[in-house]
Amino acid sequence: MPDRTPPSAGPIIAVRDLVVGFGEKIILDGLSLDVMPGEILGFVGGSGTGKSVLTRTILGLIEKRAGRISVFGQDLDTMPEAERRKLEKRWGVMFQHGALFSSLTVAQNIQVPMREYLDLSPAMMSDLAALKIQMVGLKSDAGEKYPSELSGGMIKRAALARALALDPEIVFLDEPTSGLDPIGAAEFDSLIRTLQQTLGLTVFMVTHDLDSLASACDRIAALADRKVVAVGTLAEMVASPHPWVKSYFRGERALARLKG
Amino acid sequence: MPQTIASPGFEIRRDGERAVIALAGEWTLDHGRRLERLAEQMPISLGEVRRAVLDIGEIQRLDTLGARVIDQLSHELGSEGVRVEVTHARREHATLLDAVRTRTAVVDRPPRSRLIDMLADIGRTVVLAWHDLVRGVSFIGEVVVAIGRALIRPQRFRWASLINQLEQIAFRGAPIIILITFLVGCIVAQQGIFQLRRFGATAFVVDLVGIITLRELALLLCAIMIAGRSGSAFTAEIGSMKMREEIDALRVMGLNPVDVLVVPRILALIIAMPILTFLGSMAGLFGAGLTAWLYGGIAPETFVSRLQSVITYKHFSVGLIKAPFMAIVIGAIACIEGLEVKGSAESLGQQVTASVVKAIFMVIVVDGLFAMFFASIRF
Repeated sequence: MPDRTPPSAGPIIAVRDLVVGFGEKIILDGLSLDVMPGEILGFVGGSGTGKSVLTRTILGLIEKRAGRISVFGQDLDTMPEAERRKLEKRWGVMFQHGALFSSLTVAQNIQVPMREYLDLSPAMMSDLAALKIQMVGLKSDAGEKYPSELSGGMIKRAALARALALDPEIVFLDEPTSGLDPIGAAEFDSLIRTLQQTLGLTVFMVTHDLDSLASACDRIAALADRKVVAVGTLAEMVASPHPWVKSYFRGERALARLKG
Repeated sequence: MPQTIASPGFEIRRDGERAVIALAGEWTLDHGRRLERLAEQMPISLGEVRRAVLDIGEIQRLDTLGARVIDQLSHELGSEGVRVEVTHARREHATLLDAVRTRTAVVDRPPRSRLIDMLADIGRTVVLAWHDLVRGVSFIGEVVVAIGRALIRPQRFRWASLINQLEQIAFRGAPIIILITFLVGCIVAQQGIFQLRRFGATAFVVDLVGIITLRELALLLCAIMIAGRSGSAFTAEIGSMKMREEIDALRVMGLNPVDVLVVPRILALIIAMPILTFLGSMAGLFGAGLTAWLYGGIAPETFVSRLQSVITYKHFSVGLIKAPFMAIVIGAIACIEGLEVKGSAESLGQQVTASVVKAIFMVIVVDGLFAMFFASIRF
């Protein structure tokens, strides 16, 4: 919501001329991207083009070779360690395969960041964990379960609940609907929409799913040739002249979806 | 952040039976316990009222915790017969309050008796121990059948896997086993000489060391080392395959996990254990001879000739006869524990620990049984 971040502020995440590579191979070359506060940005690209690499670079899991990344208007490179810790409280990440801690129950998983960062009574923590579990649409008994006892869709929801544990301002979602059936995926899209409106989130979503792009995302950025080749609404993407974007948004599957 | 951080607070304005509670500041997770304390104080400082108005218009920031605290507060006041109203909520705050309101709180589980828990725990352990035994016997049966299948159709047997395991167990395990048996041989000889010297019977140290190394020491050290080194590896390998559904994948391809994973490992152990026991025996005797020479003044020629007269083929074979049985015990326990692994990393850790502890325990039990057996047939 607007009260979380000043309305006049510029992009909440700004990436400029980013270069990332492993060994000889350059994955991202001169990539620039802005994520505006309060929006849901869908990030698309072919398999293996470096969508996850960008996310992981922003999160600081991969070293960059050149370029600048600033989050909440602060440059990540020049930020002192203590500021950086504070920043990590303000974003939440949902990994592609959940990355739930397998030896903890769902409720305990959600409480991990709370225990680390917050000063709360244990009763309040379990109450908040139960609240998050229900907010992501899981039954309340799911909190007692271990990740190995959950279905794929439930793992995604539980991972989202953990990402939301600290009421972050930015949420990174890595392929949130992959591996879900179309109904489950649609439910997940509307869940993300609802949570974004209720909690005032900014969402950065890596996805392959055309339905998600059409129904959940405010803007879409397309990655091809190691940089962002097109940014805009769905209509703007469809009109883009770039060959990869063209084949993605004007392929048979896409057309069927967009007409429907 | 540019804006000043205002800590949360409230102010009560009374108006007859009606009280207006004006909330202000940041009602967020950053103020965790402070918010909880505020919520505790509020009903107390409010005292007796009929109607309470929660004015949240001055709240700067609100997140799920703040909303939850406000919700609990109004619920609590409501249950004391106070009519509660929330006013001046900004649109986004109202949405959040709505989202938080409809949820139910966690129910605490009813307390259970410690004594009953303890008794139930003991009972469960006894039943599990029995199941362990039954499972162990039936698993060994399965392995025997699988080995039989491999003998009938050797072309289907996994030779590559067997050789690979042999390299891991025997070849890479040999140096450490030779080293520890050598050291223990030295220590036993030194202690023997030290004690026997008082009776002027230093020469008997050769009998002592020779018999104990060949019959027991080399084998036990070897078995314990293999349980720790290879048994734990078996459990971890099979267990992590179980965690990632690889075992299920084998099954649906019509491959029996026992054939593919267990038999090559156990056979490799059965071949490796006697070899390692033999190497261990030699290293132990060498260590003993060296100590006898340097510490006890027994010349190597004397040591060897006395060894020849004392040690018969019987003593030598006792250690080697027991070796394959120890191999089966260690291998079977390691593979059973591996197949028992559930989905979590913690369970893998537990199973590996259990595998090593049970294997070492069973090795010692089986060794005791063999000692009784050999004594009764005077071997």
